[in-house]
Amino acid sequence: MTRWGLLALAAALVAYPWLVAGSDSAAFLQDMGALVLLAAIGASAWNIVGGYAGQISVGHAMFFGAGAYLPLLVYQHWQLPPLVGVPLGIAASLVIAVLIGFPTFRLTGHYFSMATIAVAELVRIVVGNWDFLGAAIGLQGPATARGWYDVIFRSSVPYYYIFLAVLALLILATWQMQRSRLGYYLGAIRAGERAARSLGVPVRRYKLYALMLSATFTSLAGSLYALKTGFIDPDSGLGILVSVQMIITAALGGAGTLFGPLLGAAILVPLQTATNTWLGGSGSGLTYIVYGGVIVLIARFEPGGLVELWHRLHAARRRRLEMRHAA
Amino acid sequence: MILLQVIAGGLLLGAVYALFSSGLSLIWGMMNFINFAHGEFVMLGMYAALLTVLWLGGGPGVFGLAAAMALFLLGVVVYFGLIREVMRGPMLAQILSTFGLALLLRYAAFWIFSPDFVTLPQTSLSGTVDLGGILLTVPQLVAGLVAAVLTLAMHLLLTRTAIGSQLLAVAEDRNAAMLMGIRPDRMQALAWGLSAASAGIAGALMAISFPFSPAVGETFALTAFVVVTLGGFGSVPGAMLAGLIVGLIEALSAYWIGPIYKDVVVYGLFVALLWLRPQGLLGRA
Repeated sequence: MTRWGLLALAAALVAYPWLVAGSDSAAFLQDMGALVLLAAIGASAWNIVGGYAGQISVGHAMFFGAGAYLPLLVYQHWQLPPLVGVPLGIAASLVIAVLIGFPTFRLTGHYFSMATIAVAELVRIVVGNWDFLGAAIGLQGPATARGWYDVIFRSSVPYYYIFLAVLALLILATWQMQRSRLGYYLGAIRAGERAARSLGVPVRRYKLYALMLSATFTSLAGSLYALKTGFIDPDSGLGILVSVQMIITAALGGAGTLFGPLLGAAILVPLQTATNTWLGGSGSGLTYIVYGGVIVLIARFEPGGLVELWHRLHAARRRRLEMRHAA
Repeated sequence: MILLQVIAGGLLLGAVYALFSSGLSLIWGMMNFINFAHGEFVMLGMYAALLTVLWLGGGPGVFGLAAAMALFLLGVVVYFGLIREVMRGPMLAQILSTFGLALLLRYAAFWIFSPDFVTLPQTSLSGTVDLGGILLTVPQLVAGLVAAVLTLAMHLLLTRTAIGSQLLAVAEDRNAAMLMGIRPDRMQALAWGLSAASAGIAGALMAISFPFSPAVGETFALTAFVVVTLGGFGSVPGAMLAGLIVGLIEALSAYWIGPIYKDVVVYGLFVALLWLRPQGLLGRA
């Protein structure tokens, strides 16, 4: 993206809540904006290991869930501010990341995918049956703010700016990673693991670094979700659909690209809100049929997502223009 | 005596696990590919059996065969429509293709059949058998024995027939097989058909004794991953042995710890296996 494009995007994102403030459904649009940013955070976090390192996790809900559960858990049992649970969630996610990554990253990528789905399911069953963790009912946050530290606002706008700050940090971190040794190593691993290893890339260690970085930000996404909604249960925090949401958002926009996840979120979240409004409760089932179909179509026809499709169309158009110019 | 009954029940269900897991293992052995929709194939086998009974009537022989044929066709269609293309693509495409297919099939089944649990109408298979004090239901016994025979048949098909040799030749070296006059596409499509059919029959066999819903597929997919990892990827005899072990572990943990935790024990076993012995029981390092 060019410098001016980037500046325009940043300005649009910062101005968005203020731009829609005059509309009749300002609160609704501001809330949707916050949800788009949250989906973009989750998908960008998945993208680090799924896109850049090419290791497809289908169980990222476990990191999201760890980040969502711990802030509400410390409130529920000890009345601590939920913020205290945020680093605990990250710590738990890192433990799970090592538990899965260490053994599977010496095997082919399929083992990692299978292990992520199995451990995510294991965590979901255990949490769903453990009363200390709220079992099937879930956990609740403070109903009203006791102070600033409870991070409770009536409007969505403060959340919007918090999410925007975290997303900016994450995109900056990913951009830095892309240009660093880690980024080049991951690119080599994605292109061909055996070749990367033969060139001396410590493949297993760098895949693990990518997973840990990804798990940290996914956990943070879960914490932000829990802080905003003040409620979490096994389905909304740990269900397989949480993982699906991250995967499809990143893959639709473009896995392994800096802004692909944000693009995917900007398309999918409004679309999902619209189908749920039009079709009511029955719409959610239909949404996931469509999601499954879209994932299959992306895999079959355009694994690079919309970003790559756009680049290809753009290159083709430029070639045509040059031909015409020469003629 | 109850313990013996639990063990026998676990082994019989384990034989069914072995059947559909060997289908997953076959695909892995042929093309290093994990089918994330395999559990959904089992689920569809259950509904294929249900629809056959409701529309055509007939006994387990009829609906078992119908489920096998329906899923064989689905497997071939999935191969030509999707897998053949994504095999040339990046890892992302390979894993997302069947993962997306699993979601599509699962939620389409929710949409069509409703999320409620259903059971097959009473079939000719009923009653219990008393084997020296061990009480087993007839559907359980038939399902276990038929599954064991079919898994064995699959093993013999792969190791003792010309078709099996051609399948293994394609698995070994696609290009060399092509030079020998084998058509790799046809063979891989056949492998997908056989794999899906094994899931279909296994689903039909389990549908006789267990209530089911569109959500059961995910559990079966994970069960198959554990069985195939335990048995060693690509090995049908390994899957057979591992299926029995997983069935036994499930039954015993349901009996001793509680039914909710049987999956936790099995998935925990999977993680332990990845740490300690990822090549499986029979595999070599």
